[in-house]
This record gives sequence, C-alpha cells and structure tokens, in this order.
Amino acid sequence: MVDPRISVVNERLKNIENIVAVSSGKGGVGKSLVASTLALTLAKKGCKTGLFDLDFTSPSTHLILGVQEMQPKEEKGIIPPEVYGLKYMSIVYYSGNQVTPLRGADVSNALIELLAITRWEKLDFLVVDMPPGIGDATLDLLRLVKNVKFLVITTPSRLAFETVRKLVSLLRGLEIPIVGIVENMKMDDSKFIQTQVKNLGLPFLGEIPFDNKIEDAIGNVDKLLETVFAKKVESIAAKL
Amino acid sequence: MHEWALAEAVISAVSQIAEKEGIREVTEVKVKVGELQQVEIDILEYALSQLKTEKFEKTKFSIEKAEARLKCRVCGHEWIFNKEKLDEKTAEAIHFIPEIVHTYVHCPKCDSPDFEVLEGRGVWLESIKGVK
Ligand SMILES: Nc1ncnc2c1ncn2[C@@H]1O[C@H](COP(=O)(O)OP(=O)(O)OP(=O)(O)O)[C@@H](O)[C@H]1O
Ligand SMILES: [Mg+2]
Ligand SMILES: [Zn+2]
Repeated sequence: MVDPRISVVNERLKNIENIVAVSSGKGGVGKSLVASTLALTLAKKGCKTGLFDLDFTSPSTHLILGVQEMQPKEEKGIIPPEVYGLKYMSIVYYSGNQVTPLRGADVSNALIELLAITRWEKLDFLVVDMPPGIGDATLDLLRLVKNVKFLVITTPSRLAFETVRKLVSLLRGLEIPIVGIVENMKMDDSKFIQTQVKNLGLPFLGEIPFDNKIEDAIGNVDKLLETVFAKKVESIAAKL
Repeated sequence: MHEWALAEAVISAVSQIAEKEGIREVTEVKVKVGELQQVEIDILEYALSQLKTEKFEKTKFSIEKAEARLKCRVCGHEWIFNKEKLDEKTAEAIHFIPEIVHTYVHCPKCDSPDFEVLEGRGVWLESIKGVK
C-alpha cells in the first residue's frame, strides 16, 4: 500500500520562491501573530505572499486577520482565497471554527492532504504558521517539503530559549536553513537572548517589545499594521 | 473537482514507482478509495484517463471502494461511517480533509470524538503491474 499524495507535494509547492515556517519550541510566544503580520507586511511591500495556518487543532491566524466566512474555490484541487492581499489557507474553511480534536497521525494526514490538494500560484513567500513544539506538523514539513526555511521565535525567557535551542539543534542536524531568531514580548533591555543567539552563530533578526495595543488590533488588519509590533515586524521582513 | 488533484497524485506516484522498478509499460493499477473521503469514482476515473502519459497507454485502472471503519478509543465501539447522516456542507468538508470527521462525528455509543479510522480513509495505491 502506497500513499500517492506524498509524491505530488513538492510539485504543488514548486512555484513558491521562499517557504518560511514560523516556529518555536514553545507555545504562546507569538508565532501566529508574527506569521500573520509578516505575511501582511511582505504583501504590502509588493511580494506575492501566501499564509498557511498549520496549527490544525488551535488555528489562530483567521482571528488575527479577521477573516470572514469564505470557501476556497475548487479547481482540480483547491485554490486558496485571497484575504487582504494574501493567498490564505487554513483548516477553518472546513472546520468552521469548531473544535477539531486530532491525534498525531490525524494531524499528519490532514497536513499531507492539504499539501497534496492545495494549488498555490506563483509566490515569492509562503509564510507557514506552525503549531508549538517539535511534533507531527514540524516533522512532516521537514520530511516532505524541500526548501523549507525556519524563522524561530523566542521570548526573553530562558524557558522559551531552551526549547528554541533544541529546535535549532534538530534543524541543524538536518541541514535545514534557519533564517534567524526573533525575540518577542521584550519588556526590558536585557541582551541575554541576543548574546545566546550570537553564540549559536545564528542571525538575531530583532526584538519586538511587549505591545499592549495588540489585543485591540486583533481582527483588524489596518489597525494591526499601525502597531509598534507591526513596525518591528517590518524591519524583520526587510532582512528576509 | 478535487478528485483531479488526487488523480494527479496517483499518476505521479505510479510513475515514480515504475521508474524505480524499471517498468516500461504499466498494465494494471489497483486503487482503493476509502468511503470516508467520498471520492467520486467516475470523476477519479475520468481524471486518470485524461492524465495518462505514455507509460499508461495500456493501463487498466481498477478502483475499489473500502468501507470506512471507525473505532472509538474510549469505549472500543466499532462502526461504519455513513455520510447519509450528515448535511451537505459537513460531508463536503470531510471530503476535502477527512480528519474533519473528528469535528462533526462522535462515537454513537459514548459520544467521544476520540476515535480511530481503522480503514477506508482516502486514496491508496494497492498494487501495480507492468512490463519491464
Ligand atoms: N509583542 C507582543 N506584545 C503583546 N502581546 C503579544 C505580543 N506577541 C504576541 N502577543 C500575544 O500573545 C498571545 C500569544 O500569541 P500567539 O497566539 O501569536 O502565539 P503562538 O506562539 O502562535 O501561540 P501557540 O503556540 O498557541 O500557537 C496572543 O494573545 C498575542 O496577541
Ligand atoms: Mg499559534
Ligand atoms: Zn465510544
């Protein structure tokens, strides 16, 4: 028995210049917010950009963008609809924002299905919002997708950074490119993370302060792009 | 018609296997289609016939349906997935991503969404025959 889907995955992604997985060993560090804002910023700069939410059990990017109910077009596969200038794909088109409890094997199957049937057009960037940790989605992306790069998010906490160190070690072992590390939710001017990142020999892409205006901007793209958070993400985007 | 995307996957996978095994001409491909995904066999067949390359000129595609057997992880109950009980939108969501079944279907005995799809999820290649 052979799973035929695997063999078309890279064919489906072949028109994409850069696939950037926004990832972290830790949960709640701002992956979804960075991924969404980064994708919007790249699109605003004129790059053809897609956003792919791979957090199937707890998708968030549709809430951050304020995506209204819509359905992808079906055309020899599925075509991601355009949302605020982004080609946007999420499981919520099908789960309707209801609970989708999935075991690891199910996550893996759903991921392979979406990779096999989604027809992305020519893109400069596909930003991928990853679920937390080093689990099925991360391993499948590494197993199936050629040319994926990782943008790694940490907070100032040593607890977050230690998980990031492990993720980096995994990626390095597999010779997967790491675009760099972003320190999010910064509240003082400690240089701890920056030093650690330099010691690892990785690019430190910048710090994003804790921004208490963010919550108000969730679901409102115009407002989101006006935040300090977005300005910082803009300077990070320039380094990609 | 997302059956096309699946048909492309079948052709591409068979081509890769044929290449690896040194098969010049594929004579038979057996495909299993799980009922959970509710793939339209006619469309799949048509798409396969349209996507054929040289290697497939004489290929007989045999497509077989497999019942979707589900088993509850909590109480152990086994049952067969039946799309008739679902509304159209739900059935369609499961058609695109079969795992969405966990959003809409619960164990008929204990109501848990924590069940396993034992068999009959999606499209599988069962066997390939050819001339070397
Ligand atoms: N720089 C920031 N300032 C203030 N709040 C932030 C900042 N970054 C993220 N947040 C908030 O922190 C919470 C977690 O962010 P987000 O959901 O993006 O994290 P995540 O890493 O994707 O989480 P998960 O691991 O669950 O996917 C959200 O409520 C978000 O609005
Ligand atoms: Mg997230
Ligand atoms: Zn049960």
